Amino acid sequence: MANALLQDNIMVANLEIVPGRRVRSHLGMVQGSTVRAKHAGKDFLAGLKNIVGGELKSYTELMQEARDEATRRMVEQAKSIGANAVLNVRYSATSITVGAAEILAYGTAVVME
Amino acid sequence: MDFILNFLDVFLFFGLLVLGFSVGRWKERRHYKSIREREAKYANILAFAVRYPPDVVTPQDCQLVAGSVVISSDYFKQIVAGLRTLIGGKLSSYESLLDRARREATLRMKEQAQRFGATLVINVKVESTTVSGGTRRGLPAMEVIAYGTALKPRVSPTTQA
Repeated sequence: MANALLQDNIMVANLEIVPGRRVRSHLGMVQGSTVRAKHAGKDFLAGLKNIVGGELKSYTELMQEARDEATRRMVEQAKSIGANAVLNVRYSATSITVGAAEILAYGTAVVME
Repeated sequence: MDFILNFLDVFLFFGLLVLGFSVGRWKERRHYKSIREREAKYANILAFAVRYPPDVVTPQDCQLVAGSVVISSDYFKQIVAGLRTLIGGKLSSYESLLDRARREATLRMKEQAQRFGATLVINVKVESTTVSGGTRRGLPAMEVIAYGTALKPRVSPTTQA
């Protein structure tokens, strides 16, 4: 995620003020979201894993991928309106139905000096 | 033989209970050990929940860093918690679970910050979500994410640090 964002020349941060840099103009809110569902097989394995507890790696990966995708879409939107940074980024996750979740990333697109 | 078949579900229940207790406990200890080790390793990376950056004059490079983990409870904890809800009070079995998840997520965030080359992460937010969906026996799995902005002084010819 990190490297992809750097290549895009878009700065993503959850700050309102970036030290040493000034915001030239605000371009409004940008967002990106994705809905992901669990793989039935992986879900079954996770169910077994649940007996002994611990980290569910497949789910961690799933959520990570979803978050990357949401961030990528947000950055894409920011780029399309001519921003070079997205500030005050927030993540939020909601489960829609059983086994499916929506990941949302949103922030303010700005042009920085 | 009939006896075993008649009480198969009871045996299964206790089997799972013992398995969950022993393996879950072992895994928790191992996890805590690794958490402590890595916390010492990343002690030089500071994470703050302050919203505004410190008063510095040098321009900073910043980047969003995040760490997340999905963690599930073991069968034993689940049963204990289920019984505990009858009388209410402190669910210490789940407390340790979420504590582990939160520390793990923070550590992963710090790991990413280190890869970026930063030693300071500010505006850290920690959020948790249920990912279980409450299917079947209601797998209690939680996702914890920690994210913040990593700051590192910009090294450029114009600013002699």
